[in-house]
Amino acid sequence: MKAGLIAGGALAAVALGAAALSLAWTPFDPTAMSVAARLQPPGAVHWLGTDHLGRDILSMLMAGARTSLGVAVLAVAIGAGAGVPLGLAAAAMRGRWLDDAIMRGNDLIFAFPSLVIAILITAALGPSAANAMVAIGIFNIPVFARVTRAAALPLWTLDYVRAAQVAGKRAPRISAEHILPNIAGTLIVQATIQFSLGILAEAGLSYVGLGAQPPTPSWGRMLAEAQTMVTLAPHVAIVPGIVIVLTVLGLNLLGDGLRDALDPRLKARAA
Amino acid sequence: MIGVERLSVAIGGRPVLDDVSLALPPGRITGLVGESGSGKSMTALAIMGLLPDGARATGRVDLDGRDLLALDDRRMSDLRGRRIGMIFQEPMTALNPLMTIGDQVAEVLIRHHGMARDAAATVARLRLDRVGLPGARFPLGLFPHELSGGQRQRVAIAMAIADAPDVLIADEPTTALDVTTQAQIMDLLRGLVADEGMALLLITHDLAVVGSTADRVAVMQGGRIVEEGATADLFRAPGHPHTRALLAAARHRPARAQAPALPGPPILRVERATRSYALPRRAPFAPTGHLRAVDDVSFSMQPGESVGLVGESGCGKSTLTRMILGLDPVQGGRILLDGQPVVAGRMPGALRARVQVVFQDPFGSFDPRWTVERLVAEPFHLTGRPRDWQDQVAAALAEVGLPADAMRRHIHQFSGGQRQRIAIARALIIRPRLIVLDEAVSALDVQVRAQVLDLLSRLRESHGIAWLFISHDLSVVRSITDRVLVMDRGRIVEDGPTRRVLDAPESAAARRLVAAMPRMPGETS
Amino acid sequence: MTLAVSLLVASAVIFAVVDLVPGDPASFMLGTGARPDTLAALRAEMGLNLPWPVRYARWLGGVLTGDLGTSLAYRTPVAGMIVERLQVSLPLALAALALAAAVAFPAGLYAASRGGRAGDAAVMAGTQVGVAIPNFWFAMLLVLVFAVKLRWLPAGGFPGWDQPLAAIRSLALPAVALALPQAAILARVLRSALIETLGQDYVRSARAKGLTRAQALRRHALRNAMIPVLTILGMQFSFLLAGAIIIENVFYLPGLGRLIFQAITQRDLVVVQSSVLVMVAAVILVTFVVDLAYALVDPRLRGAR
Repeated sequence: MKAGLIAGGALAAVALGAAALSLAWTPFDPTAMSVAARLQPPGAVHWLGTDHLGRDILSMLMAGARTSLGVAVLAVAIGAGAGVPLGLAAAAMRGRWLDDAIMRGNDLIFAFPSLVIAILITAALGPSAANAMVAIGIFNIPVFARVTRAAALPLWTLDYVRAAQVAGKRAPRISAEHILPNIAGTLIVQATIQFSLGILAEAGLSYVGLGAQPPTPSWGRMLAEAQTMVTLAPHVAIVPGIVIVLTVLGLNLLGDGLRDALDPRLKARAA
Repeated sequence: MIGVERLSVAIGGRPVLDDVSLALPPGRITGLVGESGSGKSMTALAIMGLLPDGARATGRVDLDGRDLLALDDRRMSDLRGRRIGMIFQEPMTALNPLMTIGDQVAEVLIRHHGMARDAAATVARLRLDRVGLPGARFPLGLFPHELSGGQRQRVAIAMAIADAPDVLIADEPTTALDVTTQAQIMDLLRGLVADEGMALLLITHDLAVVGSTADRVAVMQGGRIVEEGATADLFRAPGHPHTRALLAAARHRPARAQAPALPGPPILRVERATRSYALPRRAPFAPTGHLRAVDDVSFSMQPGESVGLVGESGCGKSTLTRMILGLDPVQGGRILLDGQPVVAGRMPGALRARVQVVFQDPFGSFDPRWTVERLVAEPFHLTGRPRDWQDQVAAALAEVGLPADAMRRHIHQFSGGQRQRIAIARALIIRPRLIVLDEAVSALDVQVRAQVLDLLSRLRESHGIAWLFISHDLSVVRSITDRVLVMDRGRIVEDGPTRRVLDAPESAAARRLVAAMPRMPGETS
Repeated sequence: MTLAVSLLVASAVIFAVVDLVPGDPASFMLGTGARPDTLAALRAEMGLNLPWPVRYARWLGGVLTGDLGTSLAYRTPVAGMIVERLQVSLPLALAALALAAAVAFPAGLYAASRGGRAGDAAVMAGTQVGVAIPNFWFAMLLVLVFAVKLRWLPAGGFPGWDQPLAAIRSLALPAVALALPQAAILARVLRSALIETLGQDYVRSARAKGLTRAQALRRHALRNAMIPVLTILGMQFSFLLAGAIIIENVFYLPGLGRLIFQAITQRDLVVVQSSVLVMVAAVILVTFVVDLAYALVDPRLRGAR
C-alpha cells in the first residue's frame, strides 16, 4: 500500500508540476493554430501530436491542467471552507435544532444532482470556468459537512472531550483544539477524493459546454473538440483522456495511501 | 478429552506462546489466569484454530488422539461448535444484530447436522430455556438489541453449548458485565459443567472469579504457564513469585488514609436532584414516556471526606456524576458546590475549578495529539495559566510518581496504569476541593489497580481533597472510602459508613451487590 | 410528512434559481427584431408580468394537479415531454445500475474473501482505474471500437420503443459507459464494508460455531455490509438519472437530462423548472425508499421512526 502512496503522489505531482510549468513555459503556444500541422500523430516535433487546428496537444494539456486543477482545487476550498465549520457545529450541537437544520439543508442540496446544480448555475450566471467551480464547490459543501459531522460525533462521547468541558472549555474551543486536529486526517483524505471528483466534474461540464469557454484551454474542452475527429485521428481523444485518468488515479491512490497512513487503528498496530 | 501439549505460537516471528501444556478433563473447570497480554486468549484461539493471520503454531492440540493444529480450516470448522464451543468477553457485539436469537442458536445445529429449520428451532428453544431465557419472555424471534448485556451473554452461551460440545472455552465471560449479572453467569456456567459433563476452560484476569469456581488453575505470564495446580492448594501455598504477586495484589488493602472529614460547611450538597429522559415512543402518537434517571437524590459531602457511590449499571450513577460535574443540566432540585449552584454550561471558572474528574477509560481520556505537558495543564484554562505552569505540571507528575521527562511525550507511550496517574495529575493541578473518580480503576489489572489505590490514599492524606468514588464494584470502594451511598433505579437507597454497609447491608440493592462480590478463598470482607 | 416538506422546499429553491436566470423568454422566442408591443402582449400572455409569488403559486398549483405547464418553445404540455423523455432515461438508468451491481457484487465479494492477498489487490487495482475513467471519454472509446471499427452497435440516436430490438441496441453502449465507473465505486464500497464487518465480534462468534470463512462471509458479513451499499445504490440511481446528461449528449439520446439542457439554452424556463422538479422528486423518493430498505435489513431501525 506504501507503493500506492508513492505512485499516487508522483502522478499528482507531475500534474501539478505541469500546470505550474505552463505558466512560464510550454513547448508551443497552446493557442497557435497551424493548418499545415493538423492532426499529426505523436512524433518527434509534437510529442503528443496536434489537434484538428494544428495546435500542440502537449502544450494544450499543460495549459489545460491549470484550468482543470485550479477549478477542482478551488471547488474543494469552497466545499471545505463552508462544509467543515457546518459539520463541526452540527456535531457540537448534536441532536438539537441547529444540527437538524444543518443536516436537513445538506439533504436538500444532495437531492439536486450535481450536474443539475451546475446547469442551473451556469444558466443563471453564464458558462465559465469560474461558475463551474462554484457549482462543483456547492456540491462539495454537504459532502464535507457530512464527513466532518460523522467523524466528529464519536469524538464528542470521548472522555478527553468531557475532560475539556470539566476544564471549562466551550464547544467552539473544543471543536478547534480537540475535534478538528483529530479528524484532520479524514478531511485530508476526503479533500483528495473531492479534488479528483472535481477534475472529472470539470471535464464533464466543459465537455458539454458549461465550463471553460474558448479560448481558455481545458481538458474537458479538448475532449469535446476531439469528438468529431476521433475516427480520423484517435489520438486527439485518447491522449487527453489518459491524462485525466492518470491524474485522477494518482489523486485517488494518494488519498487511499494517506488514509492508511493516518488510520489510528493501523498506527496502533504498528506501534 | 482435549489437551494442549507443548504449544508455541509466534505472530510475525514474535513469540506469544511458549511451550504451553494444559489438560482439560471433562466435568471439570480449569481456570487460566494472568494479566492482559500474558497469552491467555491466544491459547484459547489456538485451541479453536482461530489464530490471527500470520500466526505460526507448533506443538499439539489433541482431541481424542487427533492433532487439531494439523487440520485444515474446513475440517476444523466441522469440529468448532460441535466438539468445542467458545464464548467471548463482549456480549454487546458477539451476536449478529440482524439475526434473531433463535436463528443464531439454531444455526449451529443446521450447520453441523443439516437439521431442518423447525427441528433446529425446537432444539434452540430447549437450549435457550436451559441458559435461563424461558420462552414466555424470550421468544426465538427476538433480536439482540432487545436484550440486556447479561441476557446476550446467555444467548452466546446457548449458541456455544447448542450442540453439547465436549469442551467449552469462556474468555473473560463476565468482565463486561456488572457484579450481580457476573455472579448469575458464573452460576450458570458451573451448572452446565455439572449437568452436561463438559470441560470448561475459564479464562480471566480476576483471581476471585477462578478462586470461587475452578477445580484447577494455571497461571500465565509472558506466554508461559508459570504454575498450575488444584485451586485450593495454589491459593493456599503459591509456588511461583508471579502467582504470589497476583494474589498479594488481589488481596491488597491500601492503608486507609487517616484523614477524617473536616468540619465546616459541606463541599458538596445535592438537594432533591432530579433528571429524567424522554423514552423513544412505542407508537407514532403514543404519549412520550419518561425515565427518571436520577430521582429525588439528596446527600452531602464534607471537605476531605471520601465517599463511594455504588450501584449496578443503569442505576443512574453516571447521570448523577455528569450533573455534579456540570455536564448535564439539573431539572429538579439543586446541586451546591461549595455553597454555589452548579448550572450546566454556565459556571464561572473559579467555581468550576473546585471540582475535577478522573474517568474510567485510560485510553479515551486523553487527546492523542497533545503532549502530556499540555494535557495536564488543560484545567489551567479555568484559573488562568500561571507563569511557572511547567514547573507545576512537573510537580504534579512527580506527585503521582512519574518522571519530568514524561511531559514531552504523547499519551500512547504510556501504559494503562501510567495514564490513570496522568489523569490524576491533571485533576490535581489546579488543587480542586473535590475530585470525582468515575470507575477510575475498573479498567486496570489487579496489580496496577492496587498501586493506584495506594496513590489515592496517600494523596488524600497529604492534600485534604474530598473524593467521590463512583463504582459498580464494592471491593474497590471498600478499601478507600469512609462512607458509601448505594443507588438503585435513580434513588439513593442506602447511605452509611462503608464497613457497616458491607457487613450488614440493609437495602435489597446493597445486599445484591455484597452477595455478588467475588471472594478469594480464605478471605473475609 | 418530511417527504412533502422536502419537496416543497425543493420546489421553492428551483423556482428561485430559475427566476434568477437572466434573459427574457419572450424576447428570446420572438427574436431580436420583435416589435415592443408584440413583446408586451406575449409577456402578458405568458404571465411574466405577474409578481413572483403569484407565478410560484400558479406553478405549484399546477404541479399538484398534474399540470406541469406548457413549453414556451414547443407549445406542448411539459408533462407529456417529460414522460416521453423518461422512456429513455429510466430504462437507461436501471440498466446501468443493474449492470453495475452485476459486476460489483461478485468482484466485491471475491476481493473481500481474498482480503489483502493477490486476488484482492488485482480487483482493487482494476476498480481504481475504473473510478478514474471519465464516463463520457469511455463512451467515446466504446463508440470508436464497437460502432466505428466493429460496427456491432449504433453510435448514437434512439429509434423509439416501437422497435424494441433497435432501441435496446442503441441503449447498450450508453448503459455500459454509465455502469463502468459506478461498478468500480460499488465494488470498492462493498469490499470495504465486508472487510469491516469481517472484523466484528459476531463474525468471530459465527466462526466459533463452526462456519467456514466463506459461510461467515455470506451468512453474517454480507447482510451487515448491505447498509452502506444501499446508501451508495440510492445515490447512484439518482446520479444515473441526472448524470446521464453527458452520456446522452455523446450518444444523441433524447433523455430527461438533455431535455433540461436544451431547454436552458432555449430559455424554455417552464420546461427547466418542471423537469428539474421531477428529477429532484425522483431523488428524494429514492432516498425515502432506501430509508425503508434500511429498516428491512436492520431490525434495530424498525419502529424507530
